[in-house]
Amino acid sequence: MTDELRKRIADTIARGRVMLFMKGNPAMPQCGFSASVVGILKQTGVPFDSYNILADQELREGLKEYSSWPTFPQLYVDGKLIGGADIVRDLHQKGELTKILAS
Amino acid sequence: MTPDDVRSRIQAALPDADVSVIDTTGGGDHFDATVVSAAFSGKGAVERHRLIYAALNDAITGPRAPIHALALTTATPEEYQRK
Repeated sequence: MTDELRKRIADTIARGRVMLFMKGNPAMPQCGFSASVVGILKQTGVPFDSYNILADQELREGLKEYSSWPTFPQLYVDGKLIGGADIVRDLHQKGELTKILAS
Repeated sequence: MTPDDVRSRIQAALPDADVSVIDTTGGGDHFDATVVSAAFSGKGAVERHRLIYAALNDAITGPRAPIHALALTTATPEEYQRK
């Protein structure tokens, strides 16, 4: 991965405190897993930013390598990878997600 | 890919693991895997998923990757017993 791409990925993750990399956008998710994370985030009421990786093939492939995480959606809070759809759902069910989002 | 293929790939990386894999659509590309391994002890969810993804990386990434979706549930043997 080029340094330029690495920096662009870091900058994109830093765009929002709660940042969701997803397929599609929150109004029109293009994948059931992305839709489920959007639904959970909306339930928490915490504002979040999103990035449509379907519209940016370079960043999509780069982010997989950058985070050693080959699937989407990916949720970041304060620049740290929280997880994909399974982990977000588990955290939500355990009542831990709101704490992570609020921290 | 078959559920057996997915299971054997995970077990190659985590030899002690109990792995059960379901093909959720019957199409050989959407899977649901439950993995129980002592290797997860002391690791958070992100690290656990990374261990499994690493075992299957080439089957998940790339334009011709056979796996389109992989739902994961992970537990240590102790956590699994408590369920």
